[in-house]
Amino acid sequence: MRQRTLSWLSSRVTGASNKDSTDFHFLVVLRSIMTKLLQWLLGVSVVGLAWGLLTFDLLDLQLPHAYREVVWPMPVYFLVVFGCYSLATVGFRVATFNDCEEAAKELQAQIQEAKLDLQKKGLKF
Amino acid sequence: MASRKSSTKTRGDNDKYSVLLPTYNERENLPLIVWLLVKYFSESGYNFEIIVIDDGSPDGTLEVAEQLQKIYGEDRILLRPRAKKLGLGTAYIHGMKHATGNFIFIMDADLSHHPKFIPEFIEKQREGEFDLVSGTRYSGNGGVYGWDLRRKLISRGANFITQVLLRPGASDLTGSFRLYKKEVLERLVEQCVSKGYVFQMEMIVRARQLGYSIGEVPISFVDRVYGESKLGGNEIVSFLKGLLTLFATT
Repeated sequence: MRQRTLSWLSSRVTGASNKDSTDFHFLVVLRSIMTKLLQWLLGVSVVGLAWGLLTFDLLDLQLPHAYREVVWPMPVYFLVVFGCYSLATVGFRVATFNDCEEAAKELQAQIQEAKLDLQKKGLKF
Repeated sequence: MASRKSSTKTRGDNDKYSVLLPTYNERENLPLIVWLLVKYFSESGYNFEIIVIDDGSPDGTLEVAEQLQKIYGEDRILLRPRAKKLGLGTAYIHGMKHATGNFIFIMDADLSHHPKFIPEFIEKQREGEFDLVSGTRYSGNGGVYGWDLRRKLISRGANFITQVLLRPGASDLTGSFRLYKKEVLERLVEQCVSKGYVFQMEMIVRARQLGYSIGEVPISFVDRVYGESKLGGNEIVSFLKGLLTLFATT
Protein backbone atom coordinates (compact mmCIF):
# COMPACT_ATOMS: atom_id res chain seq x y z
CA MET A 1 0.00 0.00 0.00
CA ARG A 2 2.76 2.34 0.98
CA GLN A 3 4.67 1.56 -2.18
CA ARG A 4 1.58 2.24 -4.26
CA THR A 5 0.89 5.48 -2.49
CA LEU A 6 4.42 6.64 -3.11
CA SER A 7 4.30 5.78 -6.77
CA TRP A 8 0.95 7.48 -7.10
CA LEU A 9 2.29 10.56 -5.39
CA SER A 10 5.42 10.64 -7.49
CA SER A 11 3.41 10.34 -10.69
CA ARG A 12 1.27 13.20 -9.48
CA VAL A 13 4.25 15.33 -8.63
CA THR A 14 6.09 14.71 -11.87
CA GLY A 15 2.89 15.16 -13.79
CA ALA A 16 3.34 11.78 -15.43
CA SER A 17 0.26 10.18 -16.84
CA ASN A 18 -1.06 7.40 -14.64
CA LYS A 19 -3.62 6.41 -17.23
CA ASP A 20 -2.19 2.95 -17.71
CA SER A 21 -1.04 2.30 -14.19
CA THR A 22 -3.24 0.10 -12.11
CA ASP A 23 -2.65 1.62 -8.70
CA PHE A 24 -5.65 2.85 -6.83
CA HIS A 25 -4.97 5.33 -4.14
CA PHE A 26 -7.89 5.55 -1.77
CA LEU A 27 -8.33 9.26 -2.47
CA VAL A 28 -8.73 8.55 -6.14
CA VAL A 29 -11.28 5.85 -5.40
CA LEU A 30 -13.08 8.10 -2.95
CA ARG A 31 -13.24 10.86 -5.51
CA SER A 32 -14.72 8.60 -8.15
CA ILE A 33 -17.31 7.11 -5.81
CA MET A 34 -18.44 10.37 -4.26
CA THR A 35 -20.72 12.57 -6.27
CA LYS A 36 -19.77 16.22 -6.61
CA LEU A 37 -22.57 17.01 -4.18
CA LEU A 38 -21.07 14.76 -1.51
CA GLN A 39 -17.60 16.19 -2.10
CA TRP A 40 -18.99 19.66 -1.54
CA LEU A 41 -20.88 18.62 1.57
CA LEU A 42 -17.74 16.97 2.95
CA GLY A 43 -15.63 20.03 2.20
CA VAL A 44 -18.14 22.45 3.68
CA SER A 45 -18.59 20.38 6.83
CA VAL A 46 -14.83 20.05 7.42
CA VAL A 47 -14.33 23.79 7.05
CA GLY A 48 -17.48 24.51 9.07
CA LEU A 49 -16.32 22.20 11.84
CA ALA A 50 -12.93 23.88 12.01
CA TRP A 51 -14.61 27.27 12.09
CA GLY A 52 -17.02 26.18 14.87
CA LEU A 53 -14.22 24.70 16.96
CA LEU A 54 -12.17 27.87 16.79
CA THR A 55 -15.00 30.36 17.13
CA PHE A 56 -16.62 28.73 20.12
CA ASP A 57 -13.34 27.29 21.44
CA LEU A 58 -14.91 23.86 21.82
CA LEU A 59 -11.55 22.16 22.35
CA ASP A 60 -10.71 24.55 25.16
CA LEU A 61 -7.50 25.64 23.45
CA GLN A 62 -7.70 28.98 25.23
CA LEU A 63 -6.68 30.85 22.12
CA PRO A 64 -6.07 34.56 22.55
CA HIS A 65 -9.21 36.61 22.13
CA ALA A 66 -7.76 38.33 19.03
CA TYR A 67 -7.63 35.00 17.17
CA ARG A 68 -11.30 34.37 17.72
CA GLU A 69 -12.13 37.90 16.65
CA VAL A 70 -10.44 37.15 13.33
CA VAL A 71 -11.95 33.71 12.87
CA TRP A 72 -15.64 34.25 13.50
CA PRO A 73 -16.42 36.54 10.54
CA MET A 74 -14.35 34.38 8.17
CA PRO A 75 -17.33 32.79 6.35
CA VAL A 76 -18.64 36.22 5.44
CA TYR A 77 -15.20 37.40 4.28
CA PHE A 78 -14.86 34.29 2.24
CA LEU A 79 -18.23 34.72 0.55
CA VAL A 80 -17.49 38.34 -0.27
CA VAL A 81 -14.07 37.51 -1.70
CA PHE A 82 -15.46 34.62 -3.71
CA GLY A 83 -18.29 36.80 -5.02
CA CYS A 84 -15.85 39.47 -6.11
CA TYR A 85 -13.60 36.88 -7.72
CA SER A 86 -16.57 35.41 -9.61
CA LEU A 87 -17.78 38.77 -10.88
CA ALA A 88 -14.30 39.83 -11.91
CA THR A 89 -13.61 36.55 -13.69
CA VAL A 90 -16.90 36.45 -15.58
CA GLY A 91 -16.63 40.15 -16.42
CA PHE A 92 -13.10 39.76 -17.71
CA ARG A 93 -14.03 36.73 -19.78
CA VAL A 94 -17.05 38.43 -21.31
CA ALA A 95 -14.94 41.47 -22.18
CA THR A 96 -12.19 39.37 -23.76
CA PHE A 97 -14.49 36.91 -25.55
CA ASN A 98 -13.05 36.69 -29.08
CA ASP A 99 -15.30 38.00 -31.82
CA CYS A 100 -14.36 35.87 -34.76
CA GLU A 101 -15.03 38.40 -37.51
CA GLU A 102 -12.38 36.88 -39.75
CA ALA A 103 -13.83 33.40 -39.37
CA ALA A 104 -17.28 34.65 -40.35
CA LYS A 105 -15.92 36.41 -43.44
CA GLU A 106 -13.88 33.39 -44.45
CA LEU A 107 -16.96 31.18 -44.11
CA GLN A 108 -19.11 33.48 -46.24
CA ALA A 109 -16.51 33.46 -49.00
CA GLN A 110 -16.23 29.68 -48.84
CA ILE A 111 -20.01 29.32 -49.01
CA GLN A 112 -20.03 31.18 -52.32
CA GLU A 113 -17.18 29.06 -53.60
CA ALA A 114 -18.91 25.87 -52.47
CA LYS A 115 -22.20 26.80 -54.13
CA LEU A 116 -20.52 27.45 -57.46
CA ASP A 117 -18.52 24.26 -57.28
CA LEU A 118 -21.51 22.16 -56.27
CA GLN A 119 -23.61 23.57 -59.08
CA LYS A 120 -20.84 22.63 -61.48
CA LYS A 121 -20.92 19.12 -60.07
CA GLY A 122 -24.64 18.97 -60.80
CA LEU A 123 -26.23 19.63 -57.44
CA LYS A 124 -29.69 21.17 -57.55
CA PHE A 125 -30.24 23.29 -54.48
CA MET B 1 11.58 15.07 -34.93
CA ALA B 2 11.75 13.41 -38.33
CA SER B 3 11.42 9.93 -36.86
CA ARG B 4 8.44 11.05 -34.80
CA LYS B 5 6.80 12.42 -37.88
CA SER B 6 7.23 9.21 -39.84
CA SER B 7 5.91 7.12 -36.97
CA THR B 8 2.72 9.17 -36.76
CA LYS B 9 2.35 8.83 -40.50
CA THR B 10 2.42 5.04 -40.46
CA ARG B 11 0.14 4.92 -37.44
CA GLY B 12 -2.20 7.26 -39.21
CA ASP B 13 -2.57 5.07 -42.24
CA ASN B 14 -4.96 2.73 -40.45
CA ASP B 15 -7.08 5.46 -38.93
CA LYS B 16 -10.42 6.32 -40.41
CA TYR B 17 -12.65 9.14 -39.31
CA SER B 18 -16.42 8.88 -39.44
CA VAL B 19 -18.21 12.22 -39.23
CA LEU B 20 -21.70 11.96 -37.75
CA LEU B 21 -24.02 14.68 -38.99
CA PRO B 22 -27.45 14.59 -37.38
CA THR B 23 -29.70 16.84 -39.46
CA TYR B 24 -33.15 18.32 -39.22
CA ASN B 25 -34.14 20.86 -41.86
CA GLU B 26 -30.59 21.54 -43.03
CA ARG B 27 -31.32 21.50 -46.75
CA GLU B 28 -29.34 24.65 -47.36
CA ASN B 29 -26.47 23.91 -45.02
CA LEU B 30 -25.85 20.23 -45.69
CA PRO B 31 -24.25 20.59 -49.16
CA LEU B 32 -22.00 23.34 -47.82
CA ILE B 33 -20.82 21.46 -44.75
CA VAL B 34 -20.22 18.34 -46.83
CA TRP B 35 -18.26 20.33 -49.38
CA LEU B 36 -16.11 21.83 -46.64
CA LEU B 37 -15.58 18.46 -44.98
CA VAL B 38 -14.48 16.88 -48.24
CA LYS B 39 -12.18 19.83 -48.91
CA TYR B 40 -10.35 19.69 -45.59
CA PHE B 41 -10.19 15.92 -45.34
CA SER B 42 -8.84 15.66 -48.89
CA GLU B 43 -6.27 18.40 -48.32
CA SER B 44 -4.97 16.80 -45.15
CA GLY B 45 -5.11 13.29 -46.57
CA TYR B 46 -6.95 11.52 -43.77
CA ASN B 47 -9.35 8.69 -44.56
CA PHE B 48 -12.96 9.62 -43.84
CA GLU B 49 -16.65 9.03 -44.32
CA ILE B 50 -19.65 11.27 -43.63
CA ILE B 51 -22.74 9.73 -42.08
CA VAL B 52 -25.87 11.81 -42.46
CA ILE B 53 -28.59 10.96 -39.96
CA ASP B 54 -31.66 12.85 -41.08
CA ASP B 55 -34.66 12.77 -38.80
CA GLY B 56 -37.39 12.99 -41.42
CA SER B 57 -36.86 16.66 -42.29
CA PRO B 58 -39.89 18.06 -44.10
CA ASP B 59 -37.66 20.42 -46.15
CA GLY B 60 -36.11 17.61 -48.19
CA THR B 61 -32.71 17.41 -46.53
CA LEU B 62 -32.59 13.73 -47.36
CA GLU B 63 -33.15 14.40 -51.06
CA VAL B 64 -30.19 16.78 -51.10
CA ALA B 65 -28.13 14.22 -49.20
CA GLU B 66 -28.90 11.66 -51.90
CA GLN B 67 -27.64 14.07 -54.55
CA LEU B 68 -24.47 14.58 -52.55
CA GLN B 69 -24.03 10.83 -52.30
CA LYS B 70 -24.13 10.62 -56.12
CA ILE B 71 -21.52 13.37 -56.39
CA TYR B 72 -19.07 12.16 -53.77
CA GLY B 73 -19.72 8.42 -53.79
CA GLU B 74 -21.40 5.93 -51.51
CA ASP B 75 -18.19 5.16 -49.67
CA ARG B 76 -17.85 8.82 -48.63
CA ILE B 77 -21.45 9.78 -47.89
CA LEU B 78 -23.60 7.32 -45.98
CA LEU B 79 -27.27 7.94 -45.37
CA ARG B 80 -28.85 6.67 -42.19
CA PRO B 81 -32.23 8.41 -42.09
CA ARG B 82 -34.80 7.95 -39.37
CA ALA B 83 -38.54 8.42 -39.67
CA LYS B 84 -38.95 11.20 -37.14
CA LYS B 85 -37.13 13.48 -34.76
CA LEU B 86 -35.57 11.44 -31.96
CA GLY B 87 -32.88 12.29 -29.44
CA LEU B 88 -29.29 13.21 -30.24
CA GLY B 89 -27.93 10.27 -28.23
CA THR B 90 -29.92 7.75 -30.26
CA ALA B 91 -28.85 9.53 -33.44
CA TYR B 92 -25.21 8.87 -32.51
CA ILE B 93 -25.96 5.22 -31.68
CA HIS B 94 -27.87 4.84 -34.93
CA GLY B 95 -25.11 6.48 -36.98
CA MET B 96 -22.31 4.56 -35.29
CA LYS B 97 -23.86 1.17 -36.04
CA HIS B 98 -22.65 1.44 -39.60
CA ALA B 99 -19.58 3.59 -39.04
CA THR B 100 -16.43 1.95 -40.36
CA GLY B 101 -14.04 4.47 -38.83
CA ASN B 102 -12.16 3.88 -35.59
CA PHE B 103 -12.62 7.55 -34.75
CA ILE B 104 -15.86 9.51 -34.71
CA PHE B 105 -16.31 13.23 -35.25
CA ILE B 106 -19.49 14.80 -34.00
CA MET B 107 -20.39 18.30 -35.09
CA ASP B 108 -23.35 20.46 -36.00
CA ALA B 109 -24.43 20.55 -39.62
CA ASP B 110 -25.48 24.20 -39.45
CA LEU B 111 -22.00 25.60 -40.30
CA SER B 112 -21.37 26.89 -36.79
CA HIS B 113 -18.54 24.36 -36.62
CA HIS B 114 -15.97 24.81 -39.36
CA PRO B 115 -14.31 21.69 -40.81
CA LYS B 116 -11.02 23.58 -41.10
CA PHE B 117 -10.36 22.58 -37.48
CA ILE B 118 -10.55 18.88 -38.23
CA PRO B 119 -6.82 18.40 -38.94
CA GLU B 120 -6.07 20.19 -35.66
CA PHE B 121 -8.36 17.79 -33.77
CA ILE B 122 -6.61 14.82 -35.32
CA GLU B 123 -3.13 16.16 -34.60
CA LYS B 124 -4.12 16.93 -31.02
CA GLN B 125 -5.53 13.46 -30.55
CA ARG B 126 -2.33 11.84 -31.83
CA GLU B 127 -0.11 14.13 -29.84
CA GLY B 128 -1.53 12.97 -26.52
CA GLU B 129 -3.24 9.70 -27.47
CA PHE B 130 -6.41 11.31 -26.13
CA ASP B 131 -9.65 9.37 -25.79
CA LEU B 132 -11.56 12.43 -26.83
CA VAL B 133 -10.71 15.88 -28.15
CA SER B 134 -13.15 18.66 -27.50
CA GLY B 135 -13.42 21.92 -29.41
CA THR B 136 -13.43 24.90 -27.08
CA ARG B 137 -14.78 28.41 -27.60
CA TYR B 138 -13.49 29.52 -24.24
CA SER B 139 -9.73 29.19 -24.34
CA GLY B 140 -6.79 30.04 -26.55
CA ASN B 141 -7.80 31.52 -29.87
CA GLY B 142 -11.31 30.12 -29.53
CA GLY B 143 -14.26 32.44 -29.80
CA VAL B 144 -17.68 33.13 -31.19
CA TYR B 145 -19.22 35.20 -33.92
CA GLY B 146 -22.71 36.66 -33.85
CA TRP B 147 -23.31 36.76 -30.11
CA ASP B 148 -24.51 39.88 -28.37
CA LEU B 149 -23.44 40.93 -24.89
CA ARG B 150 -26.36 39.17 -23.21
CA ARG B 151 -25.58 35.90 -24.90
CA LYS B 152 -21.90 36.17 -24.01
CA LEU B 153 -22.70 36.97 -20.40
CA ILE B 154 -25.07 34.02 -20.01
CA SER B 155 -22.61 31.72 -21.70
CA ARG B 156 -19.61 32.80 -19.62
CA GLY B 157 -21.66 32.85 -16.43
CA ALA B 158 -23.09 29.38 -17.00
CA ASN B 159 -19.64 28.09 -17.85
CA PHE B 160 -18.13 29.59 -14.70
CA ILE B 161 -20.80 28.10 -12.44
CA THR B 162 -20.35 24.73 -14.09
CA GLN B 163 -16.58 24.87 -13.68
CA VAL B 164 -16.94 25.66 -9.98
CA LEU B 165 -19.53 22.98 -9.26
CA LEU B 166 -18.32 20.12 -11.43
CA ARG B 167 -14.58 20.76 -11.97
CA PRO B 168 -14.80 18.80 -15.21
CA GLY B 169 -11.27 19.36 -16.51
CA ALA B 170 -12.47 20.79 -19.81
CA SER B 171 -13.18 24.40 -20.64
CA ASP B 172 -16.11 24.03 -23.04
CA LEU B 173 -18.77 21.65 -21.77
CA THR B 174 -21.74 22.50 -23.93
CA GLY B 175 -19.88 22.56 -27.23
CA SER B 176 -20.65 19.77 -29.65
CA PHE B 177 -17.63 19.72 -31.95
CA ARG B 178 -15.68 16.72 -30.74
CA LEU B 179 -13.53 13.80 -31.79
CA TYR B 180 -13.96 10.49 -30.00
CA LYS B 181 -12.37 7.10 -30.18
CA LYS B 182 -15.24 4.97 -31.40
CA GLU B 183 -15.37 2.64 -28.42
CA VAL B 184 -15.26 5.61 -26.05
CA LEU B 185 -18.22 7.29 -27.71
CA GLU B 186 -20.15 4.02 -27.68
CA ARG B 187 -19.58 3.59 -23.98
CA LEU B 188 -20.43 7.22 -23.18
CA VAL B 189 -23.60 7.36 -25.24
CA GLU B 190 -24.91 4.31 -23.38
CA GLN B 191 -24.57 6.16 -20.10
CA CYS B 192 -25.88 9.57 -21.01
CA VAL B 193 -29.55 10.35 -20.71
CA SER B 194 -29.76 14.16 -20.82
CA LYS B 195 -31.24 16.23 -23.61
CA GLY B 196 -30.15 19.38 -25.40
CA TYR B 197 -27.20 21.38 -24.10
CA VAL B 198 -26.90 19.15 -21.08
CA PHE B 199 -26.27 16.08 -23.23
CA GLN B 200 -22.86 17.34 -24.39
CA MET B 201 -22.03 18.40 -20.86
CA GLU B 202 -22.95 14.99 -19.46
CA MET B 203 -20.82 13.31 -22.11
CA ILE B 204 -17.68 15.15 -21.07
CA VAL B 205 -18.36 14.95 -17.33
CA ARG B 206 -18.91 11.20 -17.54
CA ALA B 207 -15.83 10.86 -19.73
CA ARG B 208 -13.77 12.43 -16.97
CA GLN B 209 -15.48 10.27 -14.37
CA LEU B 210 -14.63 7.11 -16.31
CA GLY B 211 -11.01 8.21 -16.47
CA TYR B 212 -10.85 9.03 -20.18
CA SER B 213 -8.26 11.59 -21.24
CA ILE B 214 -9.47 14.81 -22.80
CA GLY B 215 -7.62 17.10 -25.20
CA GLU B 216 -8.81 20.52 -26.30
CA VAL B 217 -8.62 22.50 -29.51
CA PRO B 218 -9.65 26.16 -29.66
CA ILE B 219 -12.37 26.71 -32.27
CA SER B 220 -14.24 29.69 -33.61
CA PHE B 221 -17.97 29.23 -33.41
CA VAL B 222 -19.86 31.12 -36.09
CA ASP B 223 -23.47 31.22 -35.02
CA ARG B 224 -25.98 29.86 -37.50
CA VAL B 225 -25.62 31.46 -40.89
CA TYR B 226 -29.12 30.44 -41.89
CA GLY B 227 -31.97 30.04 -39.49
CA GLU B 228 -32.21 31.30 -35.96
CA SER B 229 -30.61 30.08 -32.80
CA LYS B 230 -32.39 30.83 -29.62
CA LEU B 231 -31.37 31.07 -26.03
CA GLY B 232 -34.52 31.71 -24.08
CA GLY B 233 -35.67 31.23 -20.51
CA ASN B 234 -36.61 27.62 -21.20
CA GLU B 235 -33.08 26.75 -22.27
CA ILE B 236 -31.62 28.38 -19.18
CA VAL B 237 -34.00 26.55 -16.84
CA SER B 238 -33.33 23.18 -18.46
CA PHE B 239 -29.60 23.88 -18.37
CA LEU B 240 -29.72 24.61 -14.63
CA LYS B 241 -31.79 21.50 -14.00
CA GLY B 242 -29.31 19.42 -15.95
CA LEU B 243 -26.38 20.97 -14.12
CA LEU B 244 -27.89 20.20 -10.72
CA THR B 245 -28.69 16.65 -11.82
CA LEU B 246 -25.07 16.12 -12.83
CA PHE B 247 -23.92 17.76 -9.60
CA ALA B 248 -25.92 15.28 -7.55
CA THR B 249 -25.26 12.18 -9.62
CA THR B 250 -21.69 12.30 -10.90
